[in-house]
Amino acid sequence: MTQSTSSTEGAQAHARSMAGTVVETMATIPASEATGWPAEAVTAKKLWAETVAGGNYTALSVARGAVIELTDLYGDANAHLVAYNATDTSERLNVADTVKVQWQAYLGQGQLLLSDRGRALATILKDTSGKHDTFAGVSTLEGNRDRYGDGTAYCATPAGRELLVLAAAKVGLEPRDIPPTVGLFKGYFVQPDGSLISTGEAGAGAKVWLRAEMPLVLLIANAPHPLDAREGYHCTPLQIRIWDGSSNENQPQLELGLEAERALANTHAYIALKGI
Amino acid sequence: MSVPEFIKDHSIVSDSVAEKRGPWSGLVQAGEYLTIVDLHGNQAVDSLIYDAHDTSIRYSAPNTIAGQANVFLTEGSVLRANTGAPLMTLVHDEVGRHDTVGGACSKESNSLRYGQHTVHQHACVENFLLEGAKYGLNKRDLVSNINFYMNVPVEPNGMLGIVDGISAPGLSLTLRAERDVSVLVSNCPQINNPCNGFNPTEVRMITTSAG
Repeated sequence: MTQSTSSTEGAQAHARSMAGTVVETMATIPASEATGWPAEAVTAKKLWAETVAGGNYTALSVARGAVIELTDLYGDANAHLVAYNATDTSERLNVADTVKVQWQAYLGQGQLLLSDRGRALATILKDTSGKHDTFAGVSTLEGNRDRYGDGTAYCATPAGRELLVLAAAKVGLEPRDIPPTVGLFKGYFVQPDGSLISTGEAGAGAKVWLRAEMPLVLLIANAPHPLDAREGYHCTPLQIRIWDGSSNENQPQLELGLEAERALANTHAYIALKGI
Repeated sequence: MSVPEFIKDHSIVSDSVAEKRGPWSGLVQAGEYLTIVDLHGNQAVDSLIYDAHDTSIRYSAPNTIAGQANVFLTEGSVLRANTGAPLMTLVHDEVGRHDTVGGACSKESNSLRYGQHTVHQHACVENFLLEGAKYGLNKRDLVSNINFYMNVPVEPNGMLGIVDGISAPGLSLTLRAERDVSVLVSNCPQINNPCNGFNPTEVRMITTSAG
């Protein structure tokens, strides 16, 4: 149907005629109407459902106790994450402490994402991927210009950092607030001489579950790894499902390291003292 | 006191000692050199680098690692900003490798690594906050730093940790500034791991010009 948009009424009718359009990479609101929920979430309160395209981002405020499921739908997503304490965003992900404190460079089930205040931002409840990176961060505008010809947020080959700058801006944060990130679903291994080699990906359907241990602001850019050696810009959609996990039902029992237990204890003390 | 061989023909812009356990900072103009002398051996020198004219452009451990596809810093390593731009280059290194994975010690991370009894000990983040405040920098401006003279191997199973250092008394390294930079240093006060040989000591900071 051709609609005239030469009048305000016509323009309104044109805009409203798009109602009900469904694409793969969008948020579904209310979340309960989305498909793709795991069996463990069937009885839980469903909070958020979104699929983020390759070369795109999202910025979410997430309640304490929520479980965040990230799924590499087609086996070529790369989720670059930063998390902040939503009640005081000067407290944020510290990748160095995350690996140093837990004596482990490779993320997996039972590890925490640690803040710079000695507290847990999130716990990795489940990880069917095992292919992640805590070292090389995100791609940059200049790097993508060299690699792909362009790297702006509005081109076909956006850099991860450009996307994170926008995600940060949506919650009132500035470029200087973006610390080093962790990257999920693309693995890198450190050889004894320190060099990094790709260990690839786990394949379509790989999942990571994070439990928010305090109210979080979560920024996610889905963009190719800065060391992706392939010709062309390759990144497939990332599915996000978030449900209320505060009852701790249907959650795996974890074996936590001593340092992780201390971080959770610090977090619980902080939350109780602050009354949040 | 004589200067290290590598800069013996340079003219000295500044020459100072970073106190044990204390902060240090300095401006290094594009083309100038900063030499750090590990006077007593195995003293971790936690360092952050900012564009002197726009501090939102600052050292990025991930971009530095991605730029060389290697986690260790050694002679030839380019220390990159969050934009990917070169800030400084490690043009001379008498030790072999330095860390940029382990970050700084803090009172808070001490509580996790060693226990609550260490929380009131002085730590690198305190030095960064104190010295950074002189430049209008605050907690939001602190990111994963460089640890010169600190040894952090990564095992094949992913286990990593601060182990005994490979430096020695009098060894030095020299950085060349690729633009005007402010260098923020914490001369690490940590006493609960071997990063300072359990004994924090002074280091010498020499800024020079080759011209």
